[in-house]
Amino acid sequence: MSAFQVPIATNRCATGIPTGRLAIWWVLASEIVIFGGLVACYLLFRFRHPEWAAEAEHTKLAAGAINTFVLLTSSLFVVLAHVAASNKDTVNARKYLIWTILGGLIFLCVKAYEYTSEISHGYTITRSVFWAFYYTATALHGLHVIGGMTIMGLLLPDVAKGKNLQRVEYIGIYWHFVDVVWLFLFPLFYIASAAS
Amino acid sequence: MTSSSTHADMAHAADSHAHHAPQSFWSKYIFSVDHKIIGLQYTLTGIFMAVVGVYMSYVFRMHLADPTAHIPFYGVLSPAAYNSLVTNHGTIMIFWVAMPILLAGLGNYCIPLMIGCDDMVFPRVNRLSFQIFFLSTVLLLVGFMAPGGAFGGAWTSYPPLSAKVEYNLTPHGNVIWLLAVALEIVAFLLGGINFVTTAMNSRAKGMKMFDMPVLVWMIVIATIIFMMSVGPLVAGAVMLLLDQTLGTHFFAAQGGDPVLWQHLFWFFGHPEVYVLLLPELGVVCEIICVFSRKPLFGYKTIVYTTFMVGILSMIVWAHHQFIAGIDPRMASIFSLTTIIISIPVAVIMFAMIATLFKGSIEFKAPMLWSIGLIVEFLLGGVTGIYLGSSALDVYFHDTYFVVAHFHYTLIPLVAFGGFAIFTYYFPKVTGKMLDERLGQIHFWGSAIAFNFIFIPLFFSGLAGEHRRIYDYSGFAELATPQMQSLRTMATHALLVMLAFQIPFVINVIKSLLKGAPAGANPWKANTLEWTADSPPPHGNWAELPEVHRGPYEYSVPGREQDYWPQNAPN
Repeated sequence: MSAFQVPIATNRCATGIPTGRLAIWWVLASEIVIFGGLVACYLLFRFRHPEWAAEAEHTKLAAGAINTFVLLTSSLFVVLAHVAASNKDTVNARKYLIWTILGGLIFLCVKAYEYTSEISHGYTITRSVFWAFYYTATALHGLHVIGGMTIMGLLLPDVAKGKNLQRVEYIGIYWHFVDVVWLFLFPLFYIASAAS
Repeated sequence: MTSSSTHADMAHAADSHAHHAPQSFWSKYIFSVDHKIIGLQYTLTGIFMAVVGVYMSYVFRMHLADPTAHIPFYGVLSPAAYNSLVTNHGTIMIFWVAMPILLAGLGNYCIPLMIGCDDMVFPRVNRLSFQIFFLSTVLLLVGFMAPGGAFGGAWTSYPPLSAKVEYNLTPHGNVIWLLAVALEIVAFLLGGINFVTTAMNSRAKGMKMFDMPVLVWMIVIATIIFMMSVGPLVAGAVMLLLDQTLGTHFFAAQGGDPVLWQHLFWFFGHPEVYVLLLPELGVVCEIICVFSRKPLFGYKTIVYTTFMVGILSMIVWAHHQFIAGIDPRMASIFSLTTIIISIPVAVIMFAMIATLFKGSIEFKAPMLWSIGLIVEFLLGGVTGIYLGSSALDVYFHDTYFVVAHFHYTLIPLVAFGGFAIFTYYFPKVTGKMLDERLGQIHFWGSAIAFNFIFIPLFFSGLAGEHRRIYDYSGFAELATPQMQSLRTMATHALLVMLAFQIPFVINVIKSLLKGAPAGANPWKANTLEWTADSPPPHGNWAELPEVHRGPYEYSVPGREQDYWPQNAPN
């Protein structure tokens, strides 16, 4: 295969917004309706089933709170990486991206602990529709965390060389979205329980 | 300093046009990143699947005409196979024919050519999009080889039938079907992001938003409708998959809700109709202007009404569920929105008819298909008003009236529109002209036969004939000779319509072998794709065009020529 050449189309900019940034917003627009559909379904069920509040007591509020903190902190790191990339400071951009990835990793570890503990206590995906929603929504979100971490990992070599630094910003926008989704899931599945 | 400055550097570096090295067969045609090749890959896969889908309809129509007969090229049809053929006919025709040909194929081929750039903004994402689509195609067909057979729970895949193996009896077919549809959606989301971004950012120098041909607008709006409506179905597909494989109860009556799937499915499913409709209307706008030598009537009105269609299409979905036990008050709201949406569509139709007024109309094949589309789609639209009224729909629901109605909308769009695209763009894609006489025979034969397939089905539906029934002999009031004669008439007309595809096939082969050379602009059209060579080379133009005016400057007074290409300096 001959080497790929970036077409002229990619670098045109009729809207004044760089193509990559424009595209990542469209990606998010289509992601919002995926999570939006899932959350809307959950809410419709939740209003009809007040007894789900008792089920939500068995999710781990403290672990969820720690994860919220971890994810928000990792979003700060990705902003720092973006600032560094804008200043062509490749060393710091790379460092902060790695810290962001580490944040994602901690998030996944805590999530794995939660899943293990819940499943071992019998709160499996088939226990009730509440748990089916809980596992589906958090796992879908977890896949997005893994996706974001993977892309950041793939960006690292380029960032170190100072190539395609604009991509740091784009993955940052995506990472914020993953963060925001969690900010919906956390209250819906953890805080809104009979205990609170 | 932001990333836009790095971006500007890149733009500067890439300004000089790259030299295109010769490529091997594999990189040129199979793993190509060229938008034209990807568009053709989508189109050819779509045409192949159209043959598969039509074959399925041939088999079950033959069976319905004579339930005991040995069907030529098939054999005897079993009830389970009947269900899976009906299901997959619907699935294939919507997701593997209409979507790849009308949206992906047309969009990929035309958007960069019509807005005057050398490729899509993300060519490799584009290639990935087709590869995922191809994988989904293979997966869907593999379903037929799975133990238990292909999924047979209708293309709408309603639970609990689709969710529980005890009911659908296809332990692998249902999962494979769902995964194939999900992959197909992923492919179109990737393609869609490319379409919208390309149209927004990569227009030729001098081309403003309202200098884009209406076709580009329509494809972009259709893509946005798709992206905004498919998300909940993706979530729903994940939920259904978990119901099928892990035994969750999202859509089970115990704890879950089967009607929820219907909401998720139709929240996508109805906007999908407009996703298929809009690119077709765009093509018809282009063709009508070219073949009547007149500017498009109400360009901006059409664009704004199309936005209106897009918004309204999101709030009509529950008209598919009038008998699913939804609240009657909600049903009347959805009746109202459904009837309101016919207004913007009618505005577009009237604008097209007004374009024809006092034009120098030439009934070449693309024009015939376009006018045919308007006329036949009108019948589909008008019968939709019956079904949109919740009171009438209680009677019509799931009868052949519904079947005839949506075939009267989709066949004009997909078949008539598809042939309009094919005959209009064949010279551009191949560099050869099609034979006009064979084209006329093909059009009239197909169009007349098409009406004789579905008009009888309107009547049998009115008489209460339920759809998706393998054998009517158990229903005394439907097994009468009169009802049977309507079924047989539809089947005969289908055979006639199939026979009239022979002139088309001959035409294509003959024209490919020794058609007259087309030249760059055989139709004397204004839009940019006709300023490139036929077929356009990799990169489309040696020097990318600059745009000086809108796309519909036909028969401008005081000019010698009756057309004025968008890139002509004066």
